[in-house]
Amino acid sequence: MTGQIANPSIRLKAPTPTARPTEGAANRERDVKIDVEHLSFFYGAKRALEDISVKIHPNVVTAFIGPSGCGKSTFLRTLNRMNDIIPGARVEGTARIDGNDIYAPGVDVVGLRRRVGMVFQKSNPFPKSIFENVAYGLRINGMAGSKAELAGRVEESLRQAALWDEVKDRLQESALAMSGGQQQRLCIARALAVRPDILLMDEPASALDPIATQRIEELVYDLKKAYTIVIVTHNMQQAARVSDHTAFFWLGRLIEYDRTDKIFTAPAEKLTEDYVTGRFG
Amino acid sequence: MRSRDIGFRLSTGAFAFVLASIVVAIGFELSRQSMLSIQKFGFDFWRTSTWDPVAGQFGALPFIWGTLYSSILALLIATPVAIGIAVFISELCPRILRTPLVFLTELLAAIPSIVYGLWGIFVLVPAVRSLEIALPDSLRALPLFSGPPLGVGMLSAALILAVMVVPFTSTVAREVLRTVPLAQREAAYALGATQFEAIRAAIFYARTGIVGAVMLGFGRALGETMAVTMVIGNNPQVSASLFAPQYTMAAVIANEFTEAADELYLAALVEIGLVLFIITLVVNGLSRGLIWTMAGRKSGRAAA
Ligand SMILES: Nc1ncnc2c1ncn2[C@@H]1O[C@H](COP(=O)(O)OP(=O)(O)OP(=O)(O)O)[C@@H](O)[C@H]1O
Ligand SMILES: [Mg+2]
Repeated sequence: MTGQIANPSIRLKAPTPTARPTEGAANRERDVKIDVEHLSFFYGAKRALEDISVKIHPNVVTAFIGPSGCGKSTFLRTLNRMNDIIPGARVEGTARIDGNDIYAPGVDVVGLRRRVGMVFQKSNPFPKSIFENVAYGLRINGMAGSKAELAGRVEESLRQAALWDEVKDRLQESALAMSGGQQQRLCIARALAVRPDILLMDEPASALDPIATQRIEELVYDLKKAYTIVIVTHNMQQAARVSDHTAFFWLGRLIEYDRTDKIFTAPAEKLTEDYVTGRFG
Repeated sequence: MRSRDIGFRLSTGAFAFVLASIVVAIGFELSRQSMLSIQKFGFDFWRTSTWDPVAGQFGALPFIWGTLYSSILALLIATPVAIGIAVFISELCPRILRTPLVFLTELLAAIPSIVYGLWGIFVLVPAVRSLEIALPDSLRALPLFSGPPLGVGMLSAALILAVMVVPFTSTVAREVLRTVPLAQREAAYALGATQFEAIRAAIFYARTGIVGAVMLGFGRALGETMAVTMVIGNNPQVSASLFAPQYTMAAVIANEFTEAADELYLAALVEIGLVLFIITLVVNGLSRGLIWTMAGRKSGRAAA
């Protein structure tokens, strides 16, 4: 099966400038934000990722798709070293962000996680007020500043997450009294507050109704101007709608990585085609 | 399905009702048995300090004071230690150490009170006495440390209560911390939290349950009899001094119940039991109330 893995870097390095409707996409694709080479991941003795190599580009949305258990979340969590907190987890290979190996000895993991924000499948606000949720990351990272600066930063983050108008009059209310969709946008605002430059989203809309989902998708679209976004999704339509690039994972391996339109209209691999057309178990 | 549901509700409801009636029955019986003293002394029983069985004068203030003072001191000492142990076991300690430590704390909780009392007499009291003797005179002038260095007294009682309460509180607090969803810690870590900050977030999430654990320890300290009786000095006086021998409600009942010859004496002792019963109910009610209001603030429609 290894022989079937497409080498995405080759294809993406030589993009045809006219092939994308997205303005300026060609320029951005020359840059590499996240560069992963031959990465394998183990939960104890169990290998969950096998020899993943992928280059993720700045200011585009990259979607990870694939059947349940194929390692999408695991891979996403290797990018901010979230897996470090799982006992027995082990990584092989390299992962670089802006050219720096994030698994090198002596790397400041706390600082890395601040720069690589993460939004989880199930919204997980703290049992605090809306304001304090957004302020939390600023406070622990010593970014709170003066009272006015903090309030300004909280407002800015809530605006970025398209939540400000809904909550500006109840910032002191508990975050847990919000709707599921609002809570998820709050978690996005909380992640944005500490000014990351990469945003990892693990099925951020899977627990939401269609309207809330649409809002999150619009948000992702807006945010890619300023952030590098990686989004895991089970929803093919969503991947097609929001992402520029798509990576298809299967049984812990990266099968194919290409422009989203290509993945969905003319995939190179039979497995990918079977999966995106729903001919898959 | 539905009828089973109703059956389940009825039977659990019946149990709850039985429990409530037992509480009421105990309160009623205690009041009935102590009626003589209630009628004779009224509210003075709570407010006055004379405890003179010969003259037939009974005021319970020193015992109420002694119980509350020793329990609150024990709470102050035990709470940080217990939470520290709970956090260490649930968050920090290496896996191989976890099971032995859990076993050890549970073992400590199972030791009978009288054994703690013996340990108190032979180990704790002499240690406290040398500590009292070693205290510089400048400090001995403070009301908190006034009185002769006897060893037996409030400090020994509070310490032994703390030792007895720690395993309880830490076991409950540990269980509570275990229920904190991993997602809460992950949320903190994902924002650049250190391990310490992530633990703080977990404690904050579990704060309601931790308050419950602390209150449970307080309730246990209030009612503890044997070990305290053995080290507190059994001297009915209202004193702020940690060195002064004092008395608790549970201790006076245990010590004097068998020798209470006349009816008024007996009624006064039972009334002390009633007072202890009421204080315990109030403390439990307050802690429940605290937990409910905290939980109420926490639960929103999205929290389910
Ligand atoms: N903490 C863990 N310990 C051990 N194995 C794990 C752990 N988390 C995930 N796995 C295993 O690793 C593999 C990949 O899991 P992962 O959660 O990355 O899949 P996924 O593609 O995100 O699936 P889904 O779409 O269901 O979220 C699975 O076989 C899973 O059972
Ligand atoms: Mg997943």
